[in-house]
Amino acid sequence: MADATVRLATDSLTATYGTFAAVKDVSLDFAANRVHALIGPSGCGKSTFLRTLNRLHELTEGAAVEGQVLLDGEDVYGPKVNAMQLRRRVGMVFQKPTPFPMLSVYDNVAAGLRVSNKVGRVRGAALDEVVERSLRQAALWDEVKDRLKKSAMALSGGQQQRLCIARTIAPQPEVILLDEPTASLDPQGTQRIEDLLADLKRDFTIVIVTHNMQQAARVSDTTTFFYLGEMIETGPTRRIFTAPRQERTEAYITGRFG
Amino acid sequence: MTRAFRRVKSNVMVGLMIAAVVLAVLPLVFILATLIIKGASSLNFAFFTRTPVPAGEVGGGVAHAIVGTLIIVGTASLMGLPIGIAAGIYCAEYRSSRLTWITRFVADVLNGTPSIVIGVFAWTLIVAKQKHFSALAGSAALAMLMIPMVMRTTEEMIKLVPNSLREAALALGYPRWRATLSVVVRSTLPGIVTGSMLAVARIAGETAPLLFTALGSQYLSTALNQPMAALPLTVFTYATGPYEEWHRFAWASALVLIMVVFVLSVAARLTIGRTRHG
Repeated sequence: MADATVRLATDSLTATYGTFAAVKDVSLDFAANRVHALIGPSGCGKSTFLRTLNRLHELTEGAAVEGQVLLDGEDVYGPKVNAMQLRRRVGMVFQKPTPFPMLSVYDNVAAGLRVSNKVGRVRGAALDEVVERSLRQAALWDEVKDRLKKSAMALSGGQQQRLCIARTIAPQPEVILLDEPTASLDPQGTQRIEDLLADLKRDFTIVIVTHNMQQAARVSDTTTFFYLGEMIETGPTRRIFTAPRQERTEAYITGRFG
Repeated sequence: MTRAFRRVKSNVMVGLMIAAVVLAVLPLVFILATLIIKGASSLNFAFFTRTPVPAGEVGGGVAHAIVGTLIIVGTASLMGLPIGIAAGIYCAEYRSSRLTWITRFVADVLNGTPSIVIGVFAWTLIVAKQKHFSALAGSAALAMLMIPMVMRTTEEMIKLVPNSLREAALALGYPRWRATLSVVVRSTLPGIVTGSMLAVARIAGETAPLLFTALGSQYLSTALNQPMAALPLTVFTYATGPYEEWHRFAWASALVLIMVVFVLSVAARLTIGRTRHG
């Protein structure tokens, strides 16, 4: 993995809710075109950490961030960075599928493109093309190509989650954040998403939070273990799962707590 | 023994509940039946298309009051719905702001204010200043009744939208206002429409706020700045008048009014039903 360039990095990142520090002093690198898994027990700060990367954390009342998040070397909390534009470069998929209920399948995928700047806005046939490409990338095209104008709510849970992935990748972000994307899906839906991640990493940098250690082992190149807001250990997935250096990591992955 | 006792107890309770349901529905059945018996016979084409004839003569209709109700309620909705919906959106989106707390409190007080008090207020505000009665004053009074109703239903509807949907829009790069309008509000639109229609139905039957604002009129008028007839006022005038013919008209007008309200309510419920299934 020597070829991997760092796309996203955090430097001494601390995220707080009021006086409570949910993430403490975390410095991590995310390599381009890799899947990076964040694991740890509930409440360990991994989701909060993820939400600082696209500046969603700051929308919670009383939430604050210290330290830096660097996207291609630029601090996303810097004064010149617009959070809306940042979020178009760092997409996010949530735990529960969140299709926009009043929109069709097509309009859901196009939603992110329609909010971007008026200049260079994609329309007509070009938009059709992006929608089709995104749905193909999300392995959903064949299932929905005949009902693009139908409500997105008619899709199954797994299809809705892949629709959300299509919607996230349509505006061509650099990074995709996934917050337990398969937590509400059945095993088949889960497997389709996992297969998808292997394809998506060719074009995107992927950060996935997961409760499921087998999932982290299956899909990721790098794994980081969080505990009580601290980053305990990070390294190549295979090494983390076969030869953890920290006692707490070993205890967690062998199921002694968590 | 205990089983038999439990069964008896259960049956008694179910019986009591059925009785309560019947008692609750009975007044509505009686009202509708009376209105139909006493009013339906006076309904004919002229009743909907003609204006009143001088007292003592037979014939004429309440076209002036039907048109008046549509204009007054329509104008009230134009004023009340946008304000109520906007205030509801604000209160739902900025839940912990101080202004929200104040707005909610004021709306609750306003919701509990007797409608005649609202009428007096509209009178002081508009009629007394202009020195004449007007449909506009009536609409303003009805709008004031509508605002808190629409505001609270809008707020409750928006609160039902999961926060994850709002975050999903923000994560796509939506500015806050667009996430609110094109995702959160849009997904609750059927609920907001329903709430608005119920509020319209509710104010269409209000009489007290119109008594000293729109006042009522014997003529077909479309001038907002002049006194105007309305169905509830017509019912009131005719029912308290001395002529037999007037009393028949009062029953028939009441029947028309209740039909208007009924149609609006049913339409509102159908909108809810459609969204639940679609």
